[in-house]
Amino acid sequence: MEPNGCLCDGEGCPETEDEDATASRVDAPCSMVATADSEDAPPGGAGHRERRGSNSTSARRRLDSLKRSRPPFPWFGMDIGGTLVKLVYFEPKDITAEEEQEEVESLKSIRRYLTSHTAYGKTGIRDVHLELPGLTLWGRRGSMHFIRFPTQELPVFLQMGRDKRFSSLHNTLCATGGGAYKFEADFRTMADLQLLKLDELDCLIKGVLYIDSVVSSGPSECYYYENPTDTEHCQQKDFNLENPYPLLLVNIGSGVSILAVYSKDDYKRVTGTSLGGGTFLGLCCLLTGCATFEEALEMAARGESTRVDKLVRDIYGGDYERFGLPGWAVASSFGNMMCKEKRDSVSKEDLARATLITITNNIGSITRMCALNENIERVVFVGNFLRINTLSMKLLAYALDYWSKGQLKALFLRHEGYFGAVGALLELMNSS
Amino acid sequence: MATYGETDRGSHSMDKSIVLPPDEIFRNLENAKRFAIDIGGSLTKLAYYSTVQHKVAKVRSFDHAAKVGFQHESDGDPLYEISEQEEITARLHFIKFENTYIETCLDFIKDHLVNTETKVIKATGGGAYKFKDLIEKKLKLKVDKEDEMSCLIKGCNFVLKNIPHEVFVYAKHADSEFRFQNTHPDIFPYLLVNIGSGVSIVKVEAEDKFERIGGSSIGGEFSKEDMAKSLLHMISNDIGQLACLYARLHNLNRVYFGGFFIRGHPVTMHTITYSINYFTKGEVQALFLRHEGYLGAIGAFLKGAEEDNPNQYCWGENYAGSSGLMSVSPELNPMQRTRSGTFDMLEMDRLERQLVNLPLLFDPSSYIPDTVDLTEDTLAREYWLCCFEEALDGVVKRAVASQKDQPGAAERAEKFRQKYRDKLQTLRHQPFAYGSLTVRSLLDTREHCLNEFNFPDPYSKIKQKENDMALKYYQKVLSSLEELSWEEKQLALVRGLLAGNVFDWGAKAVSDVLESDPEFGFEKAKQQLQERPWLVDSYNQWIERLKGPPHKCALFFVDNSGMDIILGVFPFVRELLSRGTEVVLASNSGPALNDVTNGELQILTERIAAMDPAIQDSLNEDRLTLVQSGSSSPCLDLSRLDKVLATVVRERGTDLVIIEGMGRAIHTNYYAAFSCESLKLAVIKNSWLADRLGGKIFSVVFKYEVPSIAHGQH
Repeated sequence: MEPNGCLCDGEGCPETEDEDATASRVDAPCSMVATADSEDAPPGGAGHRERRGSNSTSARRRLDSLKRSRPPFPWFGMDIGGTLVKLVYFEPKDITAEEEQEEVESLKSIRRYLTSHTAYGKTGIRDVHLELPGLTLWGRRGSMHFIRFPTQELPVFLQMGRDKRFSSLHNTLCATGGGAYKFEADFRTMADLQLLKLDELDCLIKGVLYIDSVVSSGPSECYYYENPTDTEHCQQKDFNLENPYPLLLVNIGSGVSILAVYSKDDYKRVTGTSLGGGTFLGLCCLLTGCATFEEALEMAARGESTRVDKLVRDIYGGDYERFGLPGWAVASSFGNMMCKEKRDSVSKEDLARATLITITNNIGSITRMCALNENIERVVFVGNFLRINTLSMKLLAYALDYWSKGQLKALFLRHEGYFGAVGALLELMNSS
Repeated sequence: MATYGETDRGSHSMDKSIVLPPDEIFRNLENAKRFAIDIGGSLTKLAYYSTVQHKVAKVRSFDHAAKVGFQHESDGDPLYEISEQEEITARLHFIKFENTYIETCLDFIKDHLVNTETKVIKATGGGAYKFKDLIEKKLKLKVDKEDEMSCLIKGCNFVLKNIPHEVFVYAKHADSEFRFQNTHPDIFPYLLVNIGSGVSIVKVEAEDKFERIGGSSIGGEFSKEDMAKSLLHMISNDIGQLACLYARLHNLNRVYFGGFFIRGHPVTMHTITYSINYFTKGEVQALFLRHEGYLGAIGAFLKGAEEDNPNQYCWGENYAGSSGLMSVSPELNPMQRTRSGTFDMLEMDRLERQLVNLPLLFDPSSYIPDTVDLTEDTLAREYWLCCFEEALDGVVKRAVASQKDQPGAAERAEKFRQKYRDKLQTLRHQPFAYGSLTVRSLLDTREHCLNEFNFPDPYSKIKQKENDMALKYYQKVLSSLEELSWEEKQLALVRGLLAGNVFDWGAKAVSDVLESDPEFGFEKAKQQLQERPWLVDSYNQWIERLKGPPHKCALFFVDNSGMDIILGVFPFVRELLSRGTEVVLASNSGPALNDVTNGELQILTERIAAMDPAIQDSLNEDRLTLVQSGSSSPCLDLSRLDKVLATVVRERGTDLVIIEGMGRAIHTNYYAAFSCESLKLAVIKNSWLADRLGGKIFSVVFKYEVPSIAHGQH
């Protein structure tokens, strides 16, 4: 029995709201200050930073050694998932005139191509609102860009890598996700690239911790919903993830993995479920004929799942008091669809919404059980299923709060699905 | 589920055709009372209570007081009288049928319902509301609704307590898909995962203490063929995962799955089993129930029958009146399908006594009575099914002969033959129908079928004749023993016990001999016995033990009447008594083959006591006690014994268990471990079995065991 999804109603089009909220962040890049500031100044960087370099020779020595061990550009991290490929690109913004001159044509072309577009081909997208400018990574200042495209378009990407002669710059690419294994041979044969295959859960945690640490001085990476059980006053609020442990990390991609994280290097995979974002989209395509995640979510936003689901009140006429089950709880997902008249009266939007509610509630319920079993109160949800999906996030927040009687807190991260790719990028330092 | 659509259509055009004559389904309606009904999405389960009048065999002693000392004269007078009396017992009927038949069934019940005391029908299940008016109109009974979940749990407790092979695990790739589990003496606590249209997860801690700890709205819906399987997997997996999480959180390791989503569906059971195994790393097993579909009806019935105190009694599944677990794929057994239409029945007889574990079992929770599980042993199954089929003619003949002067005996015997043959046929296709198929269950099914057609004791006259004959030799046997040295005497007593055990009408090889040679005697039987060393021979250890201090009290499960009990068991018991060991003789409560019943044994003991002062004294001093086992089977389930026996065993400080005969010591209990010394002895009177055990026919098993400190492994 689960919340029926009506709880998130009354907010019009939640997805747009979310877009707006994130869009405003893009307009405020100045607030993004690199954390590495105190460490050192970029080599040959802006003059006003020179004053900081004089304080010790050891800092200079460190800088030199960093310079030597630093991997050559371009800096990429890649997460090849079951549905989407997530690509994280670090664009150096502190390139000196000298460097610019030395920069080979292929490197320049890659940088220009990625940074001057927000869409690549028909399906590649750069999530501009997620861009992290003013970041210092391995002594270089620049922006981190977040790009995604469907996994099925990978051959096109490889072809492009070949055309842009990527392999002349690097012959190793840091990649994680199942696709790093599945497509390893394709990378080799089609683009002459070796993959440094990295475990996706290692990368995920590394990525989460990194991103959270580098954006700590700006608007929080992490947020939660205040008053999740009160639709009128439910509000998105920043959350400080300074002392994150222990935390339950729920990654909702095509499938779902649930990790218990006790420290930077100590985590375990508690469980997972195959009922994830892929299930939602797959079922939606079958039930409604839609083709994309965005389309499915738009339909879900307009639908009414209580026409599809059988609620406790449909069976009991009200609450099932004996077991404290409220009448509005879902007793049987899609349970009304066994009746022909009801089948004939539901819309595609209703079906899309019911699918979304079913999958979300199930994840919520498994998550809650894991949190109880592992005795962890803080739950962080990540993964691309949550992208532009306020409906699910609010439902998860609600379900966790309601069924745990306020014991559990659902947290979300703005860079939802990119942490694996970020984690992969961070491994680049160890690749050479 | 796919059936939903069909059912909905069907309910508009009530299908009036019932394949079986309804009186074979709704049996005993004329004595029925206390109705309960559970109407689900597609199936209706009806429950009622009836009183059954049937014949029981009684023995009554003639007044022989005047004749003491003359018994040896062959005056043709039997030593006791046999009569068949009508007795009334209680039975529970549970019938499951498709909702399409509801109206037809209600009409039939209305027409045949005589009892006017019944005013109320308990109802549960989602459909109870929908059909309320119809039921009230048709039956003129007031529908009294009961909470679904509490009915389900009440029913679950009831079957777990009363049906030994109720629980099974599902193993898709094993020889037998169904692995029946021994019911733990304490059924609580457990987790019940009921999967209907939604899922409920209930923790049950005691009879009336349960809590819904969780659930899921993802249950058994959807239909389209190409997607169905994927969805089925997805949903089964999901439920399995949630169940595991709840089991872990509440520290429970018994998880039962029920609800119409499962209902004997192999893919679902397999996926859930796999999922549970995967998510708990093998720590928790998914358990399923044979009568899962009846739980709600049983529970609703029990709620309405509280004044009959059904929970105070023990009940037993009647194999003759129960359909058994249906094959999961209907095409596997078209015969049964057409025979019973879409009706499924469960009948439970009220047992006369409370049944409990033998207190001397080493580990009651791991005790399994049966030696060979025929569901897993194909060769053995083939053999025994044939064996029982071949023996059927003889049993029918014997049944008719036992009621020569009674009307209709031949027709009834024919009906018995038909019924038992059908059962064997069913078991050939569905060995798992009544739990694990065992020699015991085959024998018990035969007894149930005989009783069904009012042949309570086909061997009564043979037993009477043999008892008579054996009594005449009693003193001769005693005096021949007196001439022997102590060592010789001990061996002679054991050989006597074994020779007596040769007289067994249950064994085809022997019944052929007895049939053709009525004079086949005790001495001849001794000659048939295998010479030492026996097939299993711990006689030397036994003798060494006898040289030590006497046992405090021996519990002796006896076997056949006639030579066996009189010339084999009594002399042996007499020796134990003379050593200062008290003896408790446990015999069957009701008849089975030529096994001696408690009623008969009382008379025989009286007769022997009259001849033998040693026995008389022991009886007077209460050092020899007769108790009934609570069983009416040629085999022995030590987890279901008369409570009185258990009390006596405990009070006397019993330190030796003796089990005699193939049925009790070979087919069952061969591997039973006790917390005290035990002696299992039998003559293998079946060449196939002897061959299997690596011996020849009339091989001897003499298994004396002393529990070691670290016991527990066979």
